[in-house]
Amino acid sequence: MKKLDRNQIAARVARDIPEGAYVNLGIGLPTLVANHIPKGREVILHSENGVLGIGPRPAPGQEDEDLINAGKEPVTLLPGGAYFHHADSFGMIRGGHIDFCVLGAFQVSAAGDLANWHTGEPDAIPAVGGAMDLAMGAKKVLVMMEHVTKSGASKIVEQCSYPLTGVACVNRIYTDLAVIDVRPEGLRVVEMIDGLSFEELQRLTGAPLKVGAAAAKAA
Amino acid sequence: MIDKILPTPQAALADVHDGATVMIGGFGNAGMPAQLIDALIEHGAKGLTIVNNNAGNADTGLAALIKARRVKKMICSFPRQADSWHFDGQYRAGEIELELVPQGTLAERIRAAGAGIGAFFTPTAYGTRLAEGKESRRIGGRDYVLEYPIHADYALIKADRADRWGNLTYRKSARNFGPIMASAAKCTVVQVRETVELGALDPEEIVTPGIFVQRVVRVAPSASLGKAA
Repeated sequence: MKKLDRNQIAARVARDIPEGAYVNLGIGLPTLVANHIPKGREVILHSENGVLGIGPRPAPGQEDEDLINAGKEPVTLLPGGAYFHHADSFGMIRGGHIDFCVLGAFQVSAAGDLANWHTGEPDAIPAVGGAMDLAMGAKKVLVMMEHVTKSGASKIVEQCSYPLTGVACVNRIYTDLAVIDVRPEGLRVVEMIDGLSFEELQRLTGAPLKVGAAAAKAA
Repeated sequence: MIDKILPTPQAALADVHDGATVMIGGFGNAGMPAQLIDALIEHGAKGLTIVNNNAGNADTGLAALIKARRVKKMICSFPRQADSWHFDGQYRAGEIELELVPQGTLAERIRAAGAGIGAFFTPTAYGTRLAEGKESRRIGGRDYVLEYPIHADYALIKADRADRWGNLTYRKSARNFGPIMASAAKCTVVQVRETVELGALDPEEIVTPGIFVQRVVRVAPSASLGKAA
């Protein structure tokens, strides 16, 4: 069994994003997804700071401090791209116009609660940014994360112990071990990596899993 | 003759009072009105409530205003950054108050102030600690949190071009909070790269009509313009 690396998780997420989708990629790990959208598939990337049609990173020396993404990194604009103000940008998010957002997470619960903005430590300086708006507003909320923490604790849990970003908002979880859907009846495994048994995946997961038809066949 | 164009940032901010609520545009450095902030520091007004998405980066702009201990309270969505050390230090010492607002709620509260809305229900933050103590309501099977507008005494924003009526165009993602902050403040002060003759801006391309703008100052481009953010 070989766990997926970050780029392999990103590539797996990218496979599920269809032509024509409007997509917001969260800061950090999710930005890798942009590198794995197949050539020729038109996907429009939204950035919360008022940009649709984000293109690749500019060549060195071509950066423009007025054209940045949510992570405040320099970006480019594709032909057809547009600029708009912040209230319109979050109207797109909250108003259900963004088809997919991809977010990182500290924890996701069996009910699809998301915790990704605050460690809960008393001296931590809280910062939420657009995470709560994306969690509640995007049509589909996709989470990509490592399955377990560095110390081996499951990031998929019965109930989040970290402060919540949103309640029952996650639709699908992509980890280095599996793809798991959050359904009204519970968590359902869509895929597992080669060489991993359902029993082993369950052992590493802090909430009950059901096995989907496709995953059962693959296993 | 209407002429909103003033000669210097200092002249445009001469009447800011202690304890004022000041919106400052920008998302990180994009759209940050650096010369107006410098003039506000020079002016000396203190006990300010500042509304911005962040809480300053490194040692310039909003970070310098915080460093000068002029800020009593920050209303923002994302104070913690790798280089937000001036805010971090004062926050940990209990010397600066923080009202943390989800970014979309921040934008909509500003928009609501400018649009005369008394309050609104948003799904954002329902069931989280940022909704604690707030009124909520179930509407059409979905849960919402009641949020109130944020009004300001001043808005300091950066635009690209302006005419003497205060009509504004912006540049790329530097637009961000500018148009909504301009509508939400009693006195909106704008720094621009260029002032042009009345009629020179294409009416189809004016993003903020002059009705939302009280004062305009043309400033020399900042030294870092065109370089990496």
